Amino acid sequence: MADLSINFAGIRAPNPFWLASAPPTNSGAQIHRAFEYGWGGAVWKTIGAPVLNISNRYGGLSLGGQRLLAINNVELISDRPLEVNLREIAEVKRLWPDRAVIVSAMVDADPQAWRDIVMMIEDTGADGIELNYGCPQGMSERGMGAAVGQVPEMCELNTHWVTSVTRLPVIVKLTPNITRITDPAHAALAGGATALSLINTINSIMKVDLDTLLITPSIGGRGTHGGYAGPAVKPIALNMLADLMTDPQVRSSGVPISGMGGIQTWRDAAEFLLLGASSLQVCTAAMHYGYRIIEDLTDGLSNWMDDHGFATIADVTGRALPQVSTFGQLDLSYQAVARINPDKCIQCNLCYVACNDTAHQCIDLISPDGVRVDPGFDPRANGREVTVTRPVPQVRESDCVGCALCANVCPVDGCIEMVSVPSGRQSVTWDQLSAQQPAVTQQWGAMEDYRAATGIEIH
Amino acid sequence: MEDIRPPERAFQELLPPMTAHEATVEANRCLYCYDAPCLQACPTHIDIPTFIRKIATGNLRGSARTILEANFLGGTCARVCPVQELCEGACVLGADHVPIQIGRLQRHAVDHVHNRSAQLFTAGLPSGHSVAVIGSGPAGLSASAELAKQGHHVTLYEKRELGGGLSTYGIIVLREPVEVALREVQAVQELGVEVVTGRELTSREELDDLLGRHDAVVLALGLGAVPALGVPGEAAILDGLEVIEASKMERPTGIGRRAVIIGAGNTAIDAATIARRSGAQTLMVYRRTEREMTAYRHEYEFALSEGITFSFLTQPVEILHDEGQVTGLRCVRMGLGAPDDSGRARPEPIPGSDFVIPCDTVITAIGQEKPALALTLGLELDRGYIRVDDAMRTSIPRVYAGGDCVRARGNASTVMAVQDGKLIAASLSHALGQHAPPVAPHSPPEVRAHPLYQAVHHATGPEATHG
Repeated sequence: MADLSINFAGIRAPNPFWLASAPPTNSGAQIHRAFEYGWGGAVWKTIGAPVLNISNRYGGLSLGGQRLLAINNVELISDRPLEVNLREIAEVKRLWPDRAVIVSAMVDADPQAWRDIVMMIEDTGADGIELNYGCPQGMSERGMGAAVGQVPEMCELNTHWVTSVTRLPVIVKLTPNITRITDPAHAALAGGATALSLINTINSIMKVDLDTLLITPSIGGRGTHGGYAGPAVKPIALNMLADLMTDPQVRSSGVPISGMGGIQTWRDAAEFLLLGASSLQVCTAAMHYGYRIIEDLTDGLSNWMDDHGFATIADVTGRALPQVSTFGQLDLSYQAVARINPDKCIQCNLCYVACNDTAHQCIDLISPDGVRVDPGFDPRANGREVTVTRPVPQVRESDCVGCALCANVCPVDGCIEMVSVPSGRQSVTWDQLSAQQPAVTQQWGAMEDYRAATGIEIH
Repeated sequence: MEDIRPPERAFQELLPPMTAHEATVEANRCLYCYDAPCLQACPTHIDIPTFIRKIATGNLRGSARTILEANFLGGTCARVCPVQELCEGACVLGADHVPIQIGRLQRHAVDHVHNRSAQLFTAGLPSGHSVAVIGSGPAGLSASAELAKQGHHVTLYEKRELGGGLSTYGIIVLREPVEVALREVQAVQELGVEVVTGRELTSREELDDLLGRHDAVVLALGLGAVPALGVPGEAAILDGLEVIEASKMERPTGIGRRAVIIGAGNTAIDAATIARRSGAQTLMVYRRTEREMTAYRHEYEFALSEGITFSFLTQPVEILHDEGQVTGLRCVRMGLGAPDDSGRARPEPIPGSDFVIPCDTVITAIGQEKPALALTLGLELDRGYIRVDDAMRTSIPRVYAGGDCVRARGNASTVMAVQDGKLIAASLSHALGQHAPPVAPHSPPEVRAHPLYQAVHHATGPEATHG
């Protein structure tokens, strides 16, 4: 059985799953229960400046009957008194010495304010500090949270104030509400951060109620932007994680990254690990289903690691990173075409309409007697027998550009596969082409000549 | 003594309506197939993927409109259609999965507007033409609605007290409550159709009179009563259709404690269901085997699940009775012989195999008589049904016919009758000099002539033909 334990910037945990700093980690009683379920650690809900929370706080995104594909919130940091939180942190850590207890903090951009809170956190016996530079709503208007994370200089300065006074590992949690995630990451490193975590929530307005015309959540008839999280944000988080893990400066610093943003199952977790995360944080999934999900998170991850021969989390971490490339490094001569397995095809013909309307018109409908037909039917025919005469979609491979839209819309697993076929051309990347034949990448005439010479036909 | 009264729920609609959540989840399961097989499989060609998508997006009124535009009796068809044989039977998910519950979704959408009395359609601009429709069953209602939508003045004659025909009187409440059928009659009235009940067409003179007062006459007569068995004691037995009607109109059905139903079609199963749900021990007797019975497989399975028992290869030869009170059914065992004209093995009596099934009720449901009125009116027939051409015209000029009274081949069903009504309306409007508006938008000719348009619409590859 795989060893799921981690040592993340000196913080040890029996498994990589930590509850993220959020409502699930609001109190000692909650974290105590979460640890009983088996969570490897918890990042305590952010403590710091006095706040008042409001009602109500969450907006939910449903799609196709699936609830809570994403959640957004206008909740602030912990609204419980600082000393209560600190006392409970100390109690939890004393009761659960093997679990990671990290304290998220956020105070005014003032060295003394940071020094004070860091000292209090150290006194609890917590394993680490996470600096919340991400909270996009409420706190940012007060010059905290994303207001710090969005300005690299502020990020560096605030981090420095913390790292210069503590011996604890300092994790800087980055906001995704920024153009280039590497900028605040570099600033955090310059400020002495021992680890990074991402992503915090994304600015969002979840929806407008079509009956009341009110923004959801409606707070006494008013609405505001909130932080977007949950399964729907995972691709954004994965991209930012890969951005950091392939950034030379971040790589050479050797700081570990705690990944979060839409982790709902062990499958999501494995993806974050493969792209370089070495601890994982979960919030929305726990808010949706409760702490009990940890059992499948650890069990599923462990089984998957066993299947692939991964003994430790470190074996998994970053395994997919070598594939991460820029567009300029991709092989322009690679050719894939869609191939529809007629035995699996159920003839919903969604591939046909997608290709015909919005892609490259290279799927034909073929009748049972092998003739290409247009859509449509004989209105005199009816009954279940019509399925016998139904045409099947077939790709004209010579015209297929390999866009993969059909494979994406096909509802049957493994029915449409993107098959690699020889293009008959020498492998070349855009970067190589730009270097070797600059005119081709700068003038359309030269490009057309190049295409003619190499036999690239564009439909 | 055992209480044999049926429980209160015995005669309520079998399937409960879907909740909004159920409908949403089910609608979202639909793949929204392109050029979908369910659409083609439906005899009225309801755009099923579109109406289901509209349920998924919460556009229930639009969904109902999509259904009712193609099938004015969408509420009835949602309940009585043999969906397993039609739309659901063609669902692509049925191949290795569970088909979408198209019938129940249709009911969800149509009930939504019917329960709110929302009027989705209006009568067309007056055309100056008038049409008489005889019979307010599914074919008559469908024809009336479509004709009214095209602006013709329609008078719909119904011989019975209530409109709706088979839907009102002949479909057991477990499948369709009377209110649903009457709602559809009301819907055609809201389109301006004049519904005259208690008036029957009985002679050629009356038909000629109607032709004198109207531009055309539509015959949507349905079929007659259950034919006679031709065995002694027949006077003591009940007609399956009358039993069903009595149960719908909340009148005594005359069913006792031990009922035998003769026949094995869908109506026979309906009559048996009434008997069973009335608390009777119920046995169906059929002279052939399970393989030859005309009831749909799912109806047969339903009957078994209701606790109805079957005696195959059993031919009734005499109804035993004591002053009109049935005491038993004398039957003879049958063996299967060589195939007959219908291609099914011919059942032949086994000499000396007589036996008596003790019972107090015998019901027959062995089909319906062909429309006798057709002969009276002097119409040409086709195997006993009214002969019509492709345009639904009978042998008498300006007289059209549709529904069960023309069903010389194929399955008689509500949905086929609805389609007949549509075909009659289209054919009639054409004859009256009106052409249906184009259903699909077309690009202007200069757009279609453009090379770019041609390039997209005539992609390379072998020449396409219409599927």
